[in-house]
Amino acid sequence: MSASLVMFLAFIAVTLWITWWAARKNTGSSAYFAAGRSLRAWQNGIAVAGDYMSAASFLGIAGIIAFQGYDGFMYSVGWLVAYLTVLLIVAEPLRNAGKYTMADVLAYRLSPRPVRAMGALSTLTVSTFYMIAQMVGAGALVSLLLRDTGISFSAAVISIGILMIVYVVFGGMLATTWVQIIKAILLMSGTILLSLLVLAHFGFSFGSFFEAIAHVTYHDAQGNPVTQNFLQPGLRYKPPYGALDLISLGLALIFGTAGLPHILVRFYTVPDAKTARVSVVWAMVIIGSFYILTTFLGFGAATIVGRDFIAKNGGTNMSAPLLAQALAGDLFFAFISAIAFATILAVVAGLTISASTSFAHDFWANVLKHGKGTALGEEVRVARVTAFVVGAVSILIAILLGPDANVAFLVALAFAVAASANLPVIVLSLFWRRFNTRGAVAGLATGLVSSLALILISPGIMKSNAIFPLENPGIVSIPLGFIGAFIGTLSGCEPRAEEKFTELSVRATTGLGAEKAVSH
Amino acid sequence: MQHKQADSDNSDLMPSAGVPADVAPHGHDRPEAAHGLTADADADLSDWQRVAVMDEFKKLVAAKRRFIIPATIFFIVYYFALPVLVGYAPKLMERRVFGVVNLAYLFALSQFFMAWLIAALYVRAAGRFDEMARSIISRLSKGGEN
Repeated sequence: MSASLVMFLAFIAVTLWITWWAARKNTGSSAYFAAGRSLRAWQNGIAVAGDYMSAASFLGIAGIIAFQGYDGFMYSVGWLVAYLTVLLIVAEPLRNAGKYTMADVLAYRLSPRPVRAMGALSTLTVSTFYMIAQMVGAGALVSLLLRDTGISFSAAVISIGILMIVYVVFGGMLATTWVQIIKAILLMSGTILLSLLVLAHFGFSFGSFFEAIAHVTYHDAQGNPVTQNFLQPGLRYKPPYGALDLISLGLALIFGTAGLPHILVRFYTVPDAKTARVSVVWAMVIIGSFYILTTFLGFGAATIVGRDFIAKNGGTNMSAPLLAQALAGDLFFAFISAIAFATILAVVAGLTISASTSFAHDFWANVLKHGKGTALGEEVRVARVTAFVVGAVSILIAILLGPDANVAFLVALAFAVAASANLPVIVLSLFWRRFNTRGAVAGLATGLVSSLALILISPGIMKSNAIFPLENPGIVSIPLGFIGAFIGTLSGCEPRAEEKFTELSVRATTGLGAEKAVSH
Repeated sequence: MQHKQADSDNSDLMPSAGVPADVAPHGHDRPEAAHGLTADADADLSDWQRVAVMDEFKKLVAAKRRFIIPATIFFIVYYFALPVLVGYAPKLMERRVFGVVNLAYLFALSQFFMAWLIAALYVRAAGRFDEMARSIISRLSKGGEN
């Protein structure tokens, strides 16, 4: 296993060097939080793709497909189509109207203190959820890689947490972006290589590959051999609630992406709305190709490695790395693991930065300090402290959850929270003249509380005694988020918010007055 | 016409602490001297309101809606057809098309191409929207002879 260790250390050394390099170029809030708004479309596009293709995609989807076949592929589909919501509805208006965070857009029309406080709370919640999943993936990976050294799951999670804090505290957005770009390129090359090896295993014949997928043999819980067609839907989502659960998952994915703080924050790092748009398209090309290739990763693991072996060697999240080991030996296993590790590190850094930006900018500077009176650089300092706290909390919860939860499933819950709390208020504030502060606070609160409550009483947490029968709460909590926002809005009247709607819609539509790039 | 940002007191109604205001001011500014005003500006309208009543702006909003609303409805219907059919018509979706490859897998795969196609069509249409937005902003800085 020493080859894997060497590869890890090499990657970490390179990324730390980039962090150090970027840290010297950080010269203020705009640079720290938004990379000086100077990124090009392709750079930002690759970074968006990098932020998105997290452990959930590489480790999680491959795992679900390897264990439950076709139903896992539904995650891949939803995760790409979701980008149409981002492209058509939110990316450009947000770039034109915002500054650093989602709450900036809300505060534009509405009473700033309540919406910023709620916005920061929901951003922190979504980011923490997303981060817990990454930590679980990282812990499982590192403990599998270094099992000869006897490192525990907890120790692995803690060491990754510390690395992440170093990234964010010293590097800021520019460093995170470059780490993201390098990682996205590595991840794509690794995935293409792995897919080619899977095809080569079947003599480059799609026919025999799919034939093998249609006859996968494994042992069930009682130890009896089962042969199953893995292309057949319904292995994960079974009656009576399977169909509803699939739709619920689809809703969470399609509407959650446009409410993810760490994706939204990326649109403030480019000079204008046009660049934001082109970067979404870059991201869609990369992400789409990647998710089509999950067919090879997941079904490859199911047919070549088999779920019996995976279950005994690290569990569902380790399907892709174990596939690499089966196809090309330990060195390739180390390479793929290093990529997976890099993926997690980079995504965690991106998440931490959006969470800490939101807290420092929305809550500290604008709610606690009333938008004035903070010393120069204080906002950045608060963001760094927040990064420590958020990191510590997610390390703790990840250790409590343990290595067996599938990371794609965990991340889909973060999407459900984002879709229920953030998306309704973003869309309504951009497109509904009557929308007001009460509506925003009510929408954020009902979306956040209902999605969290439903997750707590779902089969994922309560197992067989679950009160709520669906894995994913989206189908109930997203409408509740919208209803909360509607009722809140209709309960009050806010002439100032309606007046400012004209300004926001002119700004969002034409880009008049949008913040320009800063040269540095 | 660009309003001057002479005094710092009212230059940004949504200040961000510790950062020099690098975003255009929201809302009204101190007015220009009376002799520098056009008839529109003399009526005490902000840039935003003047743009909002321009025919060109209304056309831009309408053009965007004409593309975005049908495209959004289409992709949502196309996407949700997949989980609905897989969930409620499993027999149909398990029908084999090429060898063992079934309709469910092919329909899922087609979603990727649908997403790319809509993105490409949108980028083409958005080029036209950018053009219209530019012409609105340039009319504004010429004094808005609307």
